[in-house]
Amino acid sequence: MAAAGGRTLGRSSFSRATSNRVTSSSGAAGVKIGPNGAAFVSSGIPDLDRILGGGFLLGSVVMIMEDADTPHHLLLLRCFMSQGVVHKQPLLFSGAMKEPRLFLGTLPAPVSSSKEDGRHRAMGAAASSDGRANDEGLRIAWQYKKYFGDDSRAEHKDNKQEFSNDFDLRKPLERHLLNGQNIECVSIQDADSLSGLQDCCSAFLSKLPRKDAGSLTAGRIAIQSLCAPQCRYFEKDWDMVSFIRSLKAMVRSSISVAVITFPSTVLSNSFCKRWQHLADTLLSIKAIPDEDKDLAKLLTGYQDMVGFLHVHKVAQTNSQVPVILEASTLSLKLRKRRSLVLERLNQAPVDGSSGPSSAASSSCSSQGSQLDF
Amino acid sequence: MEEYGGGDLLSEAMGSAARVVVVEDCVEAPGAFVLHLLLKRALASCGAAAFLALAQPFSHYDRVLRKMGCNLSLHRRNERLHFFELLGFRGGAREGTIADSFVRLYNEIQRLVEANRAGENASQFTVVIDDASLLEVVALGSVNDVLNFLHYCFALTSEMNCTLVVLIHEDIYADEEKMGLLLHLRYIADLVIKAAPLSTGLAADVHGQLSVVNKGTFREQKAKAQKVWNFHFKVKENGTDFFYPGTRH
Repeated sequence: MAAAGGRTLGRSSFSRATSNRVTSSSGAAGVKIGPNGAAFVSSGIPDLDRILGGGFLLGSVVMIMEDADTPHHLLLLRCFMSQGVVHKQPLLFSGAMKEPRLFLGTLPAPVSSSKEDGRHRAMGAAASSDGRANDEGLRIAWQYKKYFGDDSRAEHKDNKQEFSNDFDLRKPLERHLLNGQNIECVSIQDADSLSGLQDCCSAFLSKLPRKDAGSLTAGRIAIQSLCAPQCRYFEKDWDMVSFIRSLKAMVRSSISVAVITFPSTVLSNSFCKRWQHLADTLLSIKAIPDEDKDLAKLLTGYQDMVGFLHVHKVAQTNSQVPVILEASTLSLKLRKRRSLVLERLNQAPVDGSSGPSSAASSSCSSQGSQLDF
Repeated sequence: MEEYGGGDLLSEAMGSAARVVVVEDCVEAPGAFVLHLLLKRALASCGAAAFLALAQPFSHYDRVLRKMGCNLSLHRRNERLHFFELLGFRGGAREGTIADSFVRLYNEIQRLVEANRAGENASQFTVVIDDASLLEVVALGSVNDVLNFLHYCFALTSEMNCTLVVLIHEDIYADEEKMGLLLHLRYIADLVIKAAPLSTGLAADVHGQLSVVNKGTFREQKAKAQKVWNFHFKVKENGTDFFYPGTRH
């Protein structure tokens, strides 16, 4: 209750002018209109939204290649799902587990005010029952803004206050948010084929309002570990590719985004490539070892890092120009063990060399533990 | 490809009379832009085209080509472009087997080609497939059906004076035993255009490199014609720049 109250109040005091404009242009919270007739929904991680040029493109299929050893992809998936719940967008979740609905209990709750949350979260929590006091607290936060100097960041936050939240990975989402909503869960563990899931997806998508209906209620489909070996259809490679292809076709013609995570190592090389070609946005996650002394020396902020996120492909609508990112490998960090941030890799100066301080797109530098300059 | 374009490197490298063009690409360097370019050229010279779109919906191609100065909607209305929206196409889903659905698709293409030939101003006809790897998915892995289909399309080129342009994702077929489709396509191709990422990594100014292998040059008795071309490309909204490595700053 506290977070929900804080959020609505935040809207009224934080960004009165902009939120009006945004809602009038997009028609729904959580959908942002970009250039080229593109519309985005948030991935639940503000940094990732920024990197991808606005968020996950509506009508696209996002694929996340899982790390073989760690469940870090679940962080991304959870943020994506939570963001949908917060925006009251219909959600379809399917996972290779017995009780997919239990997974909803692990969704993180939004942080009411993300940057300076230390003190203000305390303030907001203390005054959560009293709306007026909460409003007061947020106003102070807003007044602080001009002293921060970081204009772009502040503006960015102001505009996107509605669009994307920071999530506190240690705090579960309130039950009432999960119960009162359009959330469907499908288990694919015991399914012999994917046709059941496909029917679910098409039923889910057909319930969304049509593209030309004017309102933009975006649907979110999250599929966890689509090709997990414990699923019975695991051997049917072609069925899986065919499923992704038809899912892509369905998503294209509706207002929705599908996020699929898959353990790429269990697929054969050629099928892995097929899957990658079918993705509109392709990300991969790599964990980093806990106590790697060499890596710790090489990269600054190593203690907070949980892994690397590699951006292989960025969805492009109605354009043939590929998106070239400044850096395609980013470090995935847990700030204060709570919220996810993505940062470019910062390479610490190596002893005895005048090495460059920033590694732009160096996925290799992360692996190269012995560097000879 | 009848006409020489604006004198860019790609059209120079392609020569004039390639019947079968195979465009290869990979995850890191998508080659769809070559297809867009070839489609635009095919329609520009009063030609007609059949576009088998398995990868993207019509609106995508329409918007992309419009920025390149080619109005697909208009061409479609004038029946110069025959667009097959195959995004949700499924082989053997309801009526008949996979082979049947391919036969139906082929019959339709053949009918169009014949109609185009019968018309008073018989123009060049181009069949574009985007992309052949997805045809395999449609066929649920039955490579023979896809090969049959492609072979029939290939037969059209010699019999009916039309051109075939096929996109294929080359990296899928990196395994030796699974190369079937790619090898066949390479064999029937007069011209192989291969897009690859730069070996040095991502760059903002150069999006990748293109190698063009022209197998058909001997037909034109041009002894001096170059067989293999390598150059870089940069994709823009309204076209693509081609240039030799190092000639751009």
